[in-house]
Amino acid sequence: MNGSDIRAGRLADEEYAANFGDAHPPLNYTQALIEADRCYYCHDAPCITACPTGIDIPSFIQRIAQDNIRGAATAILEANPLGGLCARVCPTEVLCERACVRNCNESKPVEIGALQRYATDAYFAAPGAPLFIRAPDTGKVVAVVGAGPAGLACAHGLARRGHRVILFDSRPKLGGLNEYGVATYKTAGDYAQEEVRWLMSIGGIEARNGQSLGRDFTLDGLIAEHDAVFLGMGLGGVNALGVADSGLEAVRDAVDFIAELRQTPDKSRLPIGRRVVVIGGGMTAVDAAVQSRLLGAEQVTIVYRRGQEAMSASKVEQRWAQTNGVTLRFWATPKEILSGARGVTGVRFAITEAVSGKLTETGESFIVEADMVLRAIGQTYLPEAAGTRIALKGGRIATDERGRTNLAGVWAGGDCRHGGRDLTVEAVEHGKCAALDIDAVLSEARHG
Amino acid sequence: MADLSANFLGIKSPNPFWLASAPPSDKEYNVVRAFEAGWGGVVWKTLGEDPPIVNVNGPRYAALMSQDRRVIGFNNIELISDRPLRTNLDEIRRVKRAWPDRAMVVSLMVPVEEAAWKRILLMVEDTGADGIELNFGCPHGMSERGMGSAVGQVPEYIRRVTEWCKLYSRLPTIVKLTPNITDIRYAARAAHAGGADAVSLINTINSVMGIDLDRMTMYPSIDGFGSHGGYCGPAVKPIALNMVAEIARDAGTRDLPISGIGGITTWRDAAEFIALGCGTVQVCTAAMVYGFKIVEDLCSGLNNFMDSHGYARIEDFLGRAVASVKDWNVLNLNRVEKAVINQDSCIQCGRCHVVCEDTSHQAISASKDGKRHFEVHEEDCVGCNLCVSICPVPNTISMRALQPGEIDKRTGIEVSGDYANWTTHRNNPAAAQ
Repeated sequence: MNGSDIRAGRLADEEYAANFGDAHPPLNYTQALIEADRCYYCHDAPCITACPTGIDIPSFIQRIAQDNIRGAATAILEANPLGGLCARVCPTEVLCERACVRNCNESKPVEIGALQRYATDAYFAAPGAPLFIRAPDTGKVVAVVGAGPAGLACAHGLARRGHRVILFDSRPKLGGLNEYGVATYKTAGDYAQEEVRWLMSIGGIEARNGQSLGRDFTLDGLIAEHDAVFLGMGLGGVNALGVADSGLEAVRDAVDFIAELRQTPDKSRLPIGRRVVVIGGGMTAVDAAVQSRLLGAEQVTIVYRRGQEAMSASKVEQRWAQTNGVTLRFWATPKEILSGARGVTGVRFAITEAVSGKLTETGESFIVEADMVLRAIGQTYLPEAAGTRIALKGGRIATDERGRTNLAGVWAGGDCRHGGRDLTVEAVEHGKCAALDIDAVLSEARHG
Repeated sequence: MADLSANFLGIKSPNPFWLASAPPSDKEYNVVRAFEAGWGGVVWKTLGEDPPIVNVNGPRYAALMSQDRRVIGFNNIELISDRPLRTNLDEIRRVKRAWPDRAMVVSLMVPVEEAAWKRILLMVEDTGADGIELNFGCPHGMSERGMGSAVGQVPEYIRRVTEWCKLYSRLPTIVKLTPNITDIRYAARAAHAGGADAVSLINTINSVMGIDLDRMTMYPSIDGFGSHGGYCGPAVKPIALNMVAEIARDAGTRDLPISGIGGITTWRDAAEFIALGCGTVQVCTAAMVYGFKIVEDLCSGLNNFMDSHGYARIEDFLGRAVASVKDWNVLNLNRVEKAVINQDSCIQCGRCHVVCEDTSHQAISASKDGKRHFEVHEEDCVGCNLCVSICPVPNTISMRALQPGEIDKRTGIEVSGDYANWTTHRNNPAAAQ
């Protein structure tokens, strides 16, 4: 086996540009009007219930239809300040669009995600006067740790209500997974940063980049110096494969691969294997696999230890991978990374099956040849940074439905909080609701 | 294969679809294209006296559209033919000669002077045209000069001009009526009294299509100003059907043939006008929106409808629905209907619930056993048909008539099956005791 055909510049310049542009072109004005006309304006609409942030979808669609883009944007951003990004990354096929009553007769829901993107894009293209004005300063200061979807939503919600926010993030740019963790073609251009700029424009938010909890400051320190603390660090750890892979350069975490891709403007400089194996079954696996193909990899295989229906990547995501030439293989778990003198040559997988619900190996195995292996088998919360006083559940921070932790004055949300499906839109809801609750608590303290 | 041919006042056409007097029938080129496409006849765009009128050289039309830009309503401020009379007459002669099996009716509008009518009537008869239609309906431009709807709004004028036409022309005379009046029957009776062979209706309705909110000017406008225009298209069909029905069931005019006009877009629209007594139908807006080819679809649909109902000829269902149109005070107040939601096809949009709750009688509940579920409660349902009217899914909400012996749960009264109306109702102070 010849291993390690890993190199950059597999494609022509124009191919990179096409591959990493918008995966799904936005609706134009005419398309938006026609699609908006399909909305039935349901009473107590099921799509609203299905949206984790509860956007009044019939209203924003009606407003698109009535040429009231500012009103549409208000309806969206009031419920979800990151509505523009969510319109791009939400698995709408399992959320709002699955609930659309149009599915009943037509199996074709209103394209809510595309309409939401239309409204937010049109608004941001010509925003006019600010939609939200910061309330007079309350004199309260809140620390928000992590500038991903949860932290940003929380910071924006607090700033609107007149609280000052210190927003800490370990990375050089704000945005969290929006900036570092989403496939490039889903947020083409510099969308994540455009959205961050809009969120920050509310005023009252001071960003401190390159600051890491547990390294540069402690939770106890934050509690002592602020009126409240919101933790939205996300998941810092990556699950190990459980096979010997250390020291092999060609075996990488998919999240790092995706982050590097997002942060490299010139995609032709990115090395990619001729054959890539991605291990995992979630959206990260799909994003990594599809982008491997788009960088010019000839053979890309996603290998997942269970069956197709158990993949956390939605059917639409799975089809997207297949449309992009990614092979999906199921019921196999990695046993050995094969390597030779020139590096990685492949992965040996054990065939698995479910025996009364429990995953077991059949004893058979096969090899998938590969020059590069990407790990995408899930991420974990790293509890050390926040210290031992904060209560955990299922390995993540335990909270009540308002986001309150066991520590007074400390809220948590996003992927680091227990419960939920690790969706961007859920993280936004966590941040939004925590901001409301923090505001209520701080106001009570002020007036009470 | 049904026979679609029409014989209206002795004017024969291979199908009942005529192009109405309007821009599509303005000149030889258009009319020949229409005949090639299969239109049964035309009413040539209105001729007037020389010198010809002039039109604005800017927006003459504007549309009211649905969200996906289907034309629902349409408006125009075009006047009668702006070409020399002789040009029109020569073309009419040539086209009629080349297309002898098609109906050629000529629309006319000259001042209310006997000599003016006599002059033009003789010229039209000389072309070999099959009939004339008197344009007493145009609501814009011409009406300010004492013609068009200015005539149609005064029954005495209608009668007088109709009499002149019958005096000076042997051609069948159709009087085209304006809807811009309070009671269409007065105009129709006047036409009848004047000797009209038929009436056609409706002409367009006075309208302002909208306001340009950036410029704060009405729309359409030219050089910053606009003028009310004539409204037509699918949105006016119900108004037209009502006026047709009023004439068809009026004792003074029920024998008067009618050519139906007003938003006819589909074969179904046409069949509805025929069922209310229209021997032919005239179409303009649909052709202006889709082109002449639609006549094929109109004929196809009408033919299949007639075949499926066993109607061999237009006459077989002509006027069949007229008897169903009554005054309100004779409607059966003992009939009780209730809405029923078909749970199998209900998609649970909930609109029936919210509109009933907000604007009607709170008769549709939104949940059952904690789940989304929409159901009619007969104890509150007045049978108003609102839910049926707004349900987005065809045939999902229907009305069920209570049978004699059933109890109306809303009133607690047993349905008798007897007929009773307002004229004898106990709440009617004028009721015969």
